[in-house]
Amino acid sequence: MRRRSWAALLWGLLLGLCLWPGVLPPLLAPLAGGEAPTLDVPLWRLTAGHLGLVLLAGALVLLLAVPLVLYATRPGRAAVLGLVGALAGLGQTVPTLAILALAVPLLGFGPAPTLLGLVLYGLVPVVSNGVAGLRGVSPDVLDAARGMGMTARQRLWRVEVPLALPVWWAGVRTSLVFGVATATVGAALGAGGLGRPIIDGLSQQNTALVLLGALPTALLALTLDALLGLAAPEEG
Amino acid sequence: MIELQGLTKSYGDTAAAAVRDLSLTFPAGRVTALLGPSGCGKTTTLRMINRLIQPTSGTVRLAGRDTRELSPEALRRGMGYVIQRVGLFPHLTVGRNVAAVPELLGWPAARVRARVDELLGLVGLEPGVYRGKRPAELSGGQAQRVGVARALAADPPVLLMDEPFGALDPLAREALQGKVLEIQRRLAKTVVLVTHDIPEALRMADQIALMQSGELAQFGSPDDLVRRPASAFVAQFMGQDAALEQLGGVRVGALARPGDAHGLPRLPAEADARTALALMLRQGTDAVAVVGEGGAVVGVARFRDLGHDPRSGDA
Ligand SMILES: Nc1ncnc2c1ncn2[C@@H]1O[C@H](COP(=O)(O)OP(=O)(O)OP(=O)(O)O)[C@@H](O)[C@H]1O
Ligand SMILES: [Mg+2]
Repeated sequence: MRRRSWAALLWGLLLGLCLWPGVLPPLLAPLAGGEAPTLDVPLWRLTAGHLGLVLLAGALVLLLAVPLVLYATRPGRAAVLGLVGALAGLGQTVPTLAILALAVPLLGFGPAPTLLGLVLYGLVPVVSNGVAGLRGVSPDVLDAARGMGMTARQRLWRVEVPLALPVWWAGVRTSLVFGVATATVGAALGAGGLGRPIIDGLSQQNTALVLLGALPTALLALTLDALLGLAAPEEG
Repeated sequence: MIELQGLTKSYGDTAAAAVRDLSLTFPAGRVTALLGPSGCGKTTTLRMINRLIQPTSGTVRLAGRDTRELSPEALRRGMGYVIQRVGLFPHLTVGRNVAAVPELLGWPAARVRARVDELLGLVGLEPGVYRGKRPAELSGGQAQRVGVARALAADPPVLLMDEPFGALDPLAREALQGKVLEIQRRLAKTVVLVTHDIPEALRMADQIALMQSGELAQFGSPDDLVRRPASAFVAQFMGQDAALEQLGGVRVGALARPGDAHGLPRLPAEADARTALALMLRQGTDAVAVVGEGGAVVGVARFRDLGHDPRSGDA
């Protein structure tokens, strides 16, 4: 895989430009009849809060997914593995908004319901790619590892995880990038972030305001994707 | 010495066991071939030795000790294992593949590095070129050689090899067979070689265990199997050419006797009797002059002595 460092640089620079105070609103003014859209919180603060929520959810996802995947893929746990696969499939089919709406009565307004939604959705690609990566390790390779006297733990950390990592990392990447988009929905539930100008813009029918949130969201997702691509482990 | 006693393996509840009541002793410091047609239970037997397969019943003893007394990991680290389908680690370089067992055993880095280069050279892969390559960049035969180097890396006293030369062209195959034999003779390793290649078994083995559908058909020296087959199956499996192939395992040095070497074609003492026969046929002589290390003639190997396999007497 060719390392596309230019992408990270390009998207990162564009994002930085958008967040620079006073740059984006005048550019969007023509869409709002010449009046530059305004925010009560600086755009960079919204972005930082947005990213923070996504990264926090990502950390929780890893904390849950890694042990779950390692546990479920050990030999003799076919039942657990089947259950995990079924849950991951279910997670993919339930709409985001439904989960968020159901979480509000439980957790109240604020970032908590969004965090819950982000974690539940974020788990799906990380768990399914982790399982796929580990199950994709060639039985001959595992056999050789066993035959040379590696313990189960050594096989896991020296052979299985390194071989599964490229696929697994791709799942982490998907999870985080989707999280950036999903988190905008959370603004409706009081989570703040870049979803706020989008939702306000939608209710006021102000395209400029919508774009004020949407453009940095897209650039944030692209930057994150490019950076995670740079950090990707090499294909075996 | 590895002793199998009443070893049986049944997979599931299928009627016929893959290996049935096998009792067999692999002598220490010798090469024993497990020979037989596909599906006769060779791999299953080999994998019960290092406990990759749990026997249904029976015991395996290593140097007199039941292998169940050892942890499987400790047992396996003392046995080099070449698996039938190679199984190199795709995420590691060739060098790190070879280094795997020494690293498990905690050798210092400098010693591991030197050992890796030594072994790559031994299996005919230039260390400078191949050390840093990935398994995906190797041909089938090159990968197999790395597999052999990996099994030899920690210098284990026992070597279990499952068709380790199958993917090699005839020349490379013979070269690597020779290298493995050389190491085995020098360090007196106990080698169990699984093969269905009769010339390979006759060339490499001191003893041959011929298996037939999970049971032992005959156990003996190459000479025994070729000249004194225990059953019609053995005779048929070994085939008409076996006496010829057997010559591949005899060094002319072992056949040399005092005699007049004048005018005879010359052969180094390490050459095999098969080459000597070919030379006699080509040159129209009934003997060859055997040349020792320094280039001096040490004796004469005659046509009528070719049938004497020194492995049959002292094995
Ligand atoms: N995991 C397994 N489950 C069920 N049957 C098996 C299994 N492994 C091997 N067998 C059966 O056991 C028998 C012996 O297999 P084994 O692999 O020991 O043969 P082999 O002599 O090594 O053959 P080959 O020369 O083709 O490698 C075969 O009939 C095979 O089908
Ligand atoms: Mg086999």
